[in-house]
Amino acid sequence: MNYPKELKYTAEHEWIRMESDNIAVVGITDFAQSELGDLVYVEVETVGETLAKDEVFGTVEAVKTTSDLFMPLSGKVTAFNSELDESEGDNPTLINNEPYEGGWIVKIEISDPLELEGLMDAETYEASLS
Amino acid sequence: MSNSDTLKTTAITNIHRELGARMAAFAGYDMPISYAGINEEHACVREKVGLFDVSHMGEFIVRGKQALDLVQAISSNDASKLIIGQAQYSCIPNDEGGIVDDFLVYRLDEDQCSEGEQAFMLVVNASNIEKDWNWIQSKNKYDCRMINISDQTGLLALQGPLATKVLQPITRVNLEEMKYYHFAKGTVAGIENVLISATGYTGSGGYELYVQNDQLKALWEAIMTAGEEHGITPIGLGARDTLRLEMGFCLYGNDINDTTSPIEAGLGWITKTKKDHFPSIEIFRKQRAEGISRKLVGFIMEDRRVPRHGYKIENADGEIIGEVTSGTQAPSLDKPIGMGYVQKAFAKEGTNLIISVGKKKLAATVVKPPFYKK
Repeated sequence: MNYPKELKYTAEHEWIRMESDNIAVVGITDFAQSELGDLVYVEVETVGETLAKDEVFGTVEAVKTTSDLFMPLSGKVTAFNSELDESEGDNPTLINNEPYEGGWIVKIEISDPLELEGLMDAETYEASLS
Repeated sequence: MSNSDTLKTTAITNIHRELGARMAAFAGYDMPISYAGINEEHACVREKVGLFDVSHMGEFIVRGKQALDLVQAISSNDASKLIIGQAQYSCIPNDEGGIVDDFLVYRLDEDQCSEGEQAFMLVVNASNIEKDWNWIQSKNKYDCRMINISDQTGLLALQGPLATKVLQPITRVNLEEMKYYHFAKGTVAGIENVLISATGYTGSGGYELYVQNDQLKALWEAIMTAGEEHGITPIGLGARDTLRLEMGFCLYGNDINDTTSPIEAGLGWITKTKKDHFPSIEIFRKQRAEGISRKLVGFIMEDRRVPRHGYKIENADGEIIGEVTSGTQAPSLDKPIGMGYVQKAFAKEGTNLIISVGKKKLAATVVKPPFYKK
């Protein structure tokens, strides 16, 4: 499985890419999508809300399981990937097929850059899986 | 990740690993959950044919002059109706009106019996092997010999509309003549003593094949080879669950358990209360005569969220009227479906239900299973 070096990771199997100094793009890892299996629905109803780190910002439904999505960093949810959104692209399998690109889930305007220090790099994350 | 060191394996677990299956613990066994993905595997069984390793299932042999009496004393269905070569779905009621297990009863050939004896094979859920064994032993006042052959027996399920096309070229057993819930012993691809049974739990037809564990690998490979031209693929337990749920079939531990009555679960058709006796028969007679307070229903979600085991079911006023027992995204319908117990007043087809997930309230409608119709 693939864990790009330029991304940061959480124990909840999310990846984070800093798009600018304060905008984080968030998705789930290759490991997470593979464990979940075929995704059928992604629900994010928190766009515009400011949430603390570890709060639930959405839910993914796979055929066999439901999994909550947790804020990897505190901040305001500014965008939900329209390709996943049921009212637009409605294509949740993008997460299975390209978890780090087309399958990104939300963007967060982070409120505490110090929290970035608590994220894992690719090597640490991969080691945590075995 | 599961700790595979402490789990039991089937005789072909290494094949599943080589095929790249996602493995997980199920009923104490390290089992394949999916290979290519649940949706793809599900569609393959519905449209073509798929092969499952379900060797975790338990098998008991019962022999004796009163073997039928023992089976009748534990089984809610009427085993006296079985002829040799016929099988029957049934359940094992406990003494409190609940279900010890659901199982299959096979009336076997009497070639290995002494004069005047009968023989049965009982096929039980893997998670219940020990519980069932102890229960049946405790009811064995009929001097029957019982053998637990679970650890020596492999079981493959070949399911789908092309199953006969795959299997017939490699066996002389006449499959066209084999009726649903009938079986025969024969040779498959040179492997002797395979019990071929026209049964399965997918709703797409096919066969289940019981074989000695040391022949399981050869049988798997022979069927996969014979099925190649028909597009056969290996199917994991994930799709087994979506397939059975689309048919509204009960899964022990989810939809039925020690506290649910077969009458409530819609298993009245295998609960023959006209029989003389079996545990809880009086309770079931009373439930039949006076009615039941809750019922297992199927429902389709109006919402995109998927119902899961344990979610509460509410009425329009927000009162809790039941609980979800099984739920999934139904691959053939591309909609979330579920089953659950509700108060009887809410069990009618077309009734609007609310499935409650934390703060979310999701709309659902009661339907009459099967969800999937050919």
